[in-house]
Amino acid sequence: MNAFIENLPLLSVVTFTPLLGVLLLLTIRADDSEIVARNSRWVALWVTLGTFVASLLIWANFDNGTADFQFVEKHDWFPSYGIQYHMGVDGISMLFVILSTFLTPICVLASWDAIKTRVREYMISFLILETMMVGMFCALDMVLFYVFFEGVLIPMFLIIGVWGGTRRVYSAFKFFLYTLTGSVLLLVAMLAMYFTAGTTDIPTLMTTRFPFDTQFWLWLGLFASFAVKVPMWPVHTWLPDAHVEAPTAGSVILAGVLLKMGGYGFLRFSLPMLPLASEYFTPLVYTLSIIAVIYTSLVALAQEDMKKLIAYSSVAHMGFVTVGIFAATQQAVQGAVYQMLSHGIVSGALFLCVGVVYDRLHTREIERYGGLVNNMPKYAFVFMLMMLASVGLPGTSGFVGEFLVLAGVFQVNTWVSLLTATGVILGATYMLYLYRRVIYGELTKEDLKGLPDLSRRELVIFAPLVIIVMWMGVYPTSFLAVMDVSVAKLIADYNAAIGAESAALNMADGIRLALGR
Amino acid sequence: MTQMPNLVPAYAEIFLALSGLLLLMVGVFRKTDPVRGVARLAILAFSVAGVLVLTTNAVAVTTFSGMFAVNAFTSFAKLLVLLGGGFAVFLMLPWAKNEGIARFELPVVMVFAVLGMMMMISANDLISLYVGLELQSLSLYVLAAFHRGNLRATEAGVKYFILGALASGLLLYGSSLIYGFAGTTSFVGLASALSSAQENVGVIVGMVFVISGLAFKISAVPFHMWTPDVYEGSPTPVTAFFSVAPKIAALCLFLRILVGPFDDLMFQWRQVLIVICVASMLWGAVAAIAQSNIKRLMAYSSIGHVGYALIGLVAATPEGARGMIYYMLIYLFMNVGTFAVILSMRVKDRYVEGVNDLSGLSKTNPAIALALTVLMFSMAGIPPLAGFFGKYFVFVAAINAGLIPLAVIGVLSSVIGAYYYLRLIKIMYFDEAGEGLDKPDLSTGVVMGVCALAVVVFILVPEPMLAGADAAAAALFQG
Repeated sequence: MNAFIENLPLLSVVTFTPLLGVLLLLTIRADDSEIVARNSRWVALWVTLGTFVASLLIWANFDNGTADFQFVEKHDWFPSYGIQYHMGVDGISMLFVILSTFLTPICVLASWDAIKTRVREYMISFLILETMMVGMFCALDMVLFYVFFEGVLIPMFLIIGVWGGTRRVYSAFKFFLYTLTGSVLLLVAMLAMYFTAGTTDIPTLMTTRFPFDTQFWLWLGLFASFAVKVPMWPVHTWLPDAHVEAPTAGSVILAGVLLKMGGYGFLRFSLPMLPLASEYFTPLVYTLSIIAVIYTSLVALAQEDMKKLIAYSSVAHMGFVTVGIFAATQQAVQGAVYQMLSHGIVSGALFLCVGVVYDRLHTREIERYGGLVNNMPKYAFVFMLMMLASVGLPGTSGFVGEFLVLAGVFQVNTWVSLLTATGVILGATYMLYLYRRVIYGELTKEDLKGLPDLSRRELVIFAPLVIIVMWMGVYPTSFLAVMDVSVAKLIADYNAAIGAESAALNMADGIRLALGR
Repeated sequence: MTQMPNLVPAYAEIFLALSGLLLLMVGVFRKTDPVRGVARLAILAFSVAGVLVLTTNAVAVTTFSGMFAVNAFTSFAKLLVLLGGGFAVFLMLPWAKNEGIARFELPVVMVFAVLGMMMMISANDLISLYVGLELQSLSLYVLAAFHRGNLRATEAGVKYFILGALASGLLLYGSSLIYGFAGTTSFVGLASALSSAQENVGVIVGMVFVISGLAFKISAVPFHMWTPDVYEGSPTPVTAFFSVAPKIAALCLFLRILVGPFDDLMFQWRQVLIVICVASMLWGAVAAIAQSNIKRLMAYSSIGHVGYALIGLVAATPEGARGMIYYMLIYLFMNVGTFAVILSMRVKDRYVEGVNDLSGLSKTNPAIALALTVLMFSMAGIPPLAGFFGKYFVFVAAINAGLIPLAVIGVLSSVIGAYYYLRLIKIMYFDEAGEGLDKPDLSTGVVMGVCALAVVVFILVPEPMLAGADAAAAALFQG
């Protein structure tokens, strides 16, 4: 069995199985659009489930003891430019691959009844999206990374624009152009790295020492792209629009995986390749993140639209992530990664919760709801659990991430830790306030009385999410152990690079002193 | 006593010239359906010429007393031009039938235009350059005004002719200045004269005139004014032809002349070209936003693309030349595919050109909508489609040549440009369905499908498509 898996290009299999699903979907021939839709849903579901199972093989065969890249595949692609098809995962990226393959079948299920028009095209978009997401986390060549990173835009643009709400055109364009503007600057930075280092191979670039002046500009180029993706204040404004207008599953993927691309980018590129600039810009990141945490939490408090509220809460939660990444301690970085994983599950689940009532009543206005606990007890339970996980209640996944980040940052900078911690309080405020208005109170509104509780399909969707959230909250070791070594190496390299630089500066100072100047 | 020149390197051109004459006779004497018959023969002639180009590909030679050069670069460029010409004539077949065009001269003039382009590409002397350029230009003037009963077509023809004549005049004036100050018109002679002599203002002025004349031919800003009108006024297959073949030919000539005889004046011409390049990218992106006629939109799109291709030229390195050749290869497929879509825009047996005629196309005709979507994302430069790699390679060259600001302007204008490409997708996918289009003709559909597929699968097998371009770029910098 193991030998078989060793010979299997597992990462490519996981990445490109969804594309096979696309081909399958294209072969569906039927005159009745109802039959096409039904077949498309089932094909998409089985393909994404198969991909998920295959991705579990990666985890099962993953060696927690090494920080090296595993399951490496390497083939020439553009030999004249030295660009390779180079895939591999380490402890940081592997869990994101699983997250992507885990959320996609859930998205397919969540769209089962909600999407009624052009179902086949919808499923094709999601499958292509899955390929791009998984490929992006596996790519070990910058050009390959960029291809996947940017390729995400095409299916997502169509998902928002075709199946979205009333202002979908505006939101789709804003999403696309905002992200593209950031990404092209990443492209220029990548080209400049290629020019300096002569390669686009990510492991090689991680060991390349760029001079500080170069790092300075490269870092800004990367930051333009990743900050938009995360998104960080003040370039977050595309996110509420995109979330509100996207169909439920689109929001789930957007919050669950697409936002993580920014954080992953910081971990894979900014920190290891540009340590000096990362250290130099850390105060900037802290400032923007703290503003994001406090300001967007307050904005979330004022929202009338459920999806918008959760969208703003995402910006706040991602503020924790960026603080954690740039604090660059073992705990903080692990916390940041954990927070990303947890947020991927929890915010995805929250969007699904909104989707449940939206499918029934076709409005997301908080005012229109109230007292749902009376006739939808199961829904109230799931919503409460996810709400508490988002707040960071101990015993849920949200707690571990936030705690680790705060503990890690505290060692570096107490003020940052303190100010970030206010986000936890504000988070509790707006989430509990939301929950009270939607779920509690008297069931007075006539049209709410007839709402049915969660259907069997919806229970199937939420069951794995609930289990994972509890698992991550109660026994985080099974996830933290995966990234322990990789993060330790990242931090060690980072500190070594900065240490070498400051040692060199000290030496220069010493020489200057010795020479009496 | 003069020796007979070596004709072997020019076989393709000679064959094409004879074919053009022969096709005229065929058209005159053929009674039934002369256009389609002649057009099919023209495609055959292009194919044979392509084979002849390939067979003379091996070595770099000059002939006709050094006025005509053949090497891997010229061969590659000629193949691109022949491919563009062949696609355009192929697209003309269904169009001629639908429109009831009975003028067989159309494909014949295109054969002569392609002949002119091939001579331009191989020109190794300012005189032969001018002769080739004029053969091409005069053919194009005729093509632009082919719908002579139509007011817009006549306007387009006259406008193109007057401005084109002016550009040719500039080019000729520049050539005479160069001859006057450098004492020779041969590329080889110029290269050695300019490398040894002191910097010569007269030559520089002449060179700027030549650059202006050529910039007109590739419709780079600020010499682009004719482009939207000519694109709109010409018959659509001719527009498809305009958008690829002459552009590729003139860009290749541009490349040859600037890195050949004027190599030593690089710092002079680079400034001029940077201005042209930046202006083309920005203006092509901005001006296209407001267009409602899809052919005018494609005109501005092509202006923008010329700007990107010029980045490779500005870099003035083998890498830049390679990037530019890649770019043109990819551009050829994207553009031909898009024009195949435009040629399938027929409502109730009538050709339409409005952008809004595409509304809701994804519902009424999903296959065309998908093809155009792929092509538009590719033009916008979104990976994993071929258009991204075209841009990538020129930007690599720009950065390696130290032109980082140029690359930054380039990527930012590509974001602006993305807006109008996305607008077409929005119209097809997000808007309510309009009347819907007629079923496309088989051959138009085939061209569309082939081009869209090429754009998608480029990522899988880039090497064969690029190997030729590599050799071509290498040949260019040998001399």
